Amino acid sequence: MAELHLADSTKGLQMDAIRAGFGRGLVKAGELNENVVAACADLTGSVKMDAFAKAFPGRYIQIGVAEQNLATVGAGLALAGKIPFVASYAAFSPGRNWEQIKTTACLNEIPVKIIGGHAGLYTGPDGATHQMLEDIALMTVMPGMVVLCPCDAVEAEKATLAMAKDARPNYLRMSRENTPVITTDKTPFEIGKAYVFEEGTDVTIIATGVMTYHALMAAEQLYKDGISAEVVHAPTIKPLDEKTILASVRKTGCVVTVEEAQIHGGLGGAVAELLGENQPVPMKRIGMQDHYGESGEGNELLTHFGLDAKHIRLAAHHVAGKK
Amino acid sequence: MIKTYTIKELELKANIIREDIIRMLEAAGSGHSAGPLGLADIFTAMYFDVLKHDPQNPDWAERDILLLSNGHCVPVRYAAMAEAGYFPKSELTTLRKLGSRLQGHPERLRLPGLEGTSGPLGCGLSQACGMALAFRMDAQLHRHIYCVMGDGELDEGNIWEAAMLAPKYNLNNITAIIDRNNIQIDGPTEEVLPLNDLKQKWESFGWHVLEINGNDIEAIIDACAMAKAITEQPVCIIAYTVPGKGVDFMEYDFHWHGVPPTHEQAKEALHMLRTLNGKIKGEHE
Repeated sequence: MAELHLADSTKGLQMDAIRAGFGRGLVKAGELNENVVAACADLTGSVKMDAFAKAFPGRYIQIGVAEQNLATVGAGLALAGKIPFVASYAAFSPGRNWEQIKTTACLNEIPVKIIGGHAGLYTGPDGATHQMLEDIALMTVMPGMVVLCPCDAVEAEKATLAMAKDARPNYLRMSRENTPVITTDKTPFEIGKAYVFEEGTDVTIIATGVMTYHALMAAEQLYKDGISAEVVHAPTIKPLDEKTILASVRKTGCVVTVEEAQIHGGLGGAVAELLGENQPVPMKRIGMQDHYGESGEGNELLTHFGLDAKHIRLAAHHVAGKK
Repeated sequence: MIKTYTIKELELKANIIREDIIRMLEAAGSGHSAGPLGLADIFTAMYFDVLKHDPQNPDWAERDILLLSNGHCVPVRYAAMAEAGYFPKSELTTLRKLGSRLQGHPERLRLPGLEGTSGPLGCGLSQACGMALAFRMDAQLHRHIYCVMGDGELDEGNIWEAAMLAPKYNLNNITAIIDRNNIQIDGPTEEVLPLNDLKQKWESFGWHVLEINGNDIEAIIDACAMAKAITEQPVCIIAYTVPGKGVDFMEYDFHWHGVPPTHEQAKEALHMLRTLNGKIKGEHE
């Protein structure tokens, strides 16, 4: 725990938005490398690209509400040697332009950076059309794509800087809301690595994105219940850190996965595939159970759809009881 | 660097490329006939006159870019590239075969000299926009980008998104070339989804439009030169072509959009091409 330099407690945490961390990271990446460019589909302020656009007006392109063009202009920029960050809401990119991303970015193996804002249930009142819950599945199925889902604003900034140095096509999943900041500037981040945020022996809880905070909350409650939960934070869903996950599950013998996305094809699916072939254990996947969301506040929706700390805790009891 | 050819020599090259297309498609046993034959004059003009390129150095940093947006027409590109010396002609008949660099639809990473990966329609012009923007950022405006599109392909919304973007940024280092052959898989373009007045459409989107006979090599070369000279707007050349050009039983017939010739049909087609439809005595007869 100490070497991860996490926040001291899950109480009284600073609040910040993952998209804000991305915005800061993008400006830094732009300062470090003049080939970093940005394009947006009419949501510049919303996906926090405005600071980059102001700092580097000659390297910022306003595409208009045209997500197919967003992805393919991005591919053209990358073919000509640029490192384009192309941003919209995840519901539209990759929601609307999956084929363009496959054909022009992935088959070409070029560093197009797809930034999907307002992903997940935390998009809240906008409702089901805008709560992108299928993006992880869409992106992880694509050969060559790296899928990142940071847990807070600080990690999002690091992920953005890491993406600028990565030669592959990447997808970054971002939340809209201010959410608790659980990592610090000193917390390590590397593409492809999962991190044991809380050590335990009885059950492994693997979480991604903003749900890692909720997993940590559940672990605190489980401790009171007499269950020692190990919380593994997986900010990279593809390539999955198989070594860290297998080591944890071999120790605990059961697992709960937690994500703010569809359980099919997401983190839970990836972990199930890994464990099914290597280490079958009792397992429960927390996430959207094959249906769409609806309007409501973020935390309210997490409870409504069974994704909050209480449900994670119940799932942990369930799998631990099946060992 | 690049040899200069007379129009007569280029016309003969276009005919050689057409013969190669027939041989490739016959050997492949699948693929598209009409579009590649119709585009042979444009690709001849490109590779043997218009483009700044070096077949011995496909990644040459100063080269012009040729994007083929309607990737299914790639046999014409392969045939022109082989004729230009990018790779041995013997490789042409590996088209669509396992392990070949000549994929059924072009993949940039498989064959040096391809500038893009295409097949799913509508993605070329926007990639041209991205490259044009990058060249501008890098002060490389002397490098020109050509994007060949099909007319049926214009059904795709992505094309029109790009058509709006290029004039916004005055990407005058792009020349779009539309292969206006009036056919697509299911039938005539004006029946499948009417394109109506293409010139007016592109002009209203902010492009300077040139209309030419796309089977007239001299007209193609002249239009490309004029397009480079026009700097106030990006230029769109609407090239009216004959689908299946040079093989009379394929010409104008949409049924030849997506099928290859059989052995007998290929033999007949090659005879027609060698004799220019009976106008001359074939030297290989």
